[in-house]
Amino acid sequence: MNKNQRLDRRDVVARLLKDRREAVVIGGLGASTYDIAAAGDHGRNFYLWGAMGGAAMIGLGVALAQPDVPVVVVTGDGEMLMGMGALATVGQQRPANLSIVVLDNGRYGETGGQPSHTSGNTDLVAVARACGIADARELVTMAELEAFAPSLHAAGSGPRLAVIKIDDAEKERVLAHRDGNFLVSRVRQTLGFQPI
Amino acid sequence: MHGRAGTETDDHALAWPEDIFQTLKRFAVRQVAYVPDAGHAQLITRVQGEPSMRGVSLTTEEEGIALLAGAWLGGQRGVLLMQSSGVGNCVNMLSLTQTCRYPFLTLVTMRGEWGEFNPWQVPMGSATQAVLELCGLKVLRASSADEVRDVVEAAAGQVYNACTPTAVLLSQRLIGAKVFTKADHE
Repeated sequence: MNKNQRLDRRDVVARLLKDRREAVVIGGLGASTYDIAAAGDHGRNFYLWGAMGGAAMIGLGVALAQPDVPVVVVTGDGEMLMGMGALATVGQQRPANLSIVVLDNGRYGETGGQPSHTSGNTDLVAVARACGIADARELVTMAELEAFAPSLHAAGSGPRLAVIKIDDAEKERVLAHRDGNFLVSRVRQTLGFQPI
Repeated sequence: MHGRAGTETDDHALAWPEDIFQTLKRFAVRQVAYVPDAGHAQLITRVQGEPSMRGVSLTTEEEGIALLAGAWLGGQRGVLLMQSSGVGNCVNMLSLTQTCRYPFLTLVTMRGEWGEFNPWQVPMGSATQAVLELCGLKVLRASSADEVRDVVEAAAGQVYNACTPTAVLLSQRLIGAKVFTKADHE
């Protein structure tokens, strides 16, 4: 596919989060975290600046703890590939309120654009299905994205995974907060939990 | 599953795994992540039968570091059960325990020490404590059954009350060296 026909990552994330209400949003290391920040900082955003491969598992921990709150993990293909076993663990636990969105440009954009396995033979949608995540799909058009977005903000019928094909354009970094203690405390506060 | 020299059958449940279970229950631990080890088998069975706890089987130990960060974001306490070989799988993910300051407790059954049969367990077992300390965790150790309760209680206290990331090493002397064949002991 011509890269010009692929979706713009900032447009994608802005659209997915436009109608958010209760959702906790976990951003995977790299450009995904900048995309979420670009869509607007929020008390229920948790940005990863490290711990590569951990985004889906952090989402699972929140989803199990707060079964009535929609939890959305937004991460990249490289981050998801590093923690691919998490899809098997999510497929075992099957939290209905967890959605994993993979922004797939087939590249390690932060490190010079080297190709990832998704630009070769790895199909993350098929991996997710094979792990028991029945609602797994690939989205390539904005119309598909529009139809899909509301499901992220409802706490039922998951777990789900969507691989969204985005172009490989590099965007200006929008720096999210990177103080982990602050981010943890802020999410907890919005859920009604006090500091220790 | 292979047995350990000191691992009893259901007919003879050991006291120290029950001590751990009761301590976790008392501290309101809700998410119990694990990669199985024979030394944790009795505790895992207890967790699976406890409605207030969610047992989460992992594909690799580092998943558990991230899971427990998420659990705390969502207001729950967790614990990670693993074998010493799994500590090596966790190194980068353990940075979460430093940058995000959440209650992180791991209970590590030791291999590669005290009569170990399998030489492949020795390198990681020998490095386990140092690796955890380099990653910023406090490390406590229980070497006999009668000290497990106190050690795990102290660890849980400093983890859940003071957010001090802590590992408890359950020594191979306590658990019993894994028995591969009867001939090992002849």
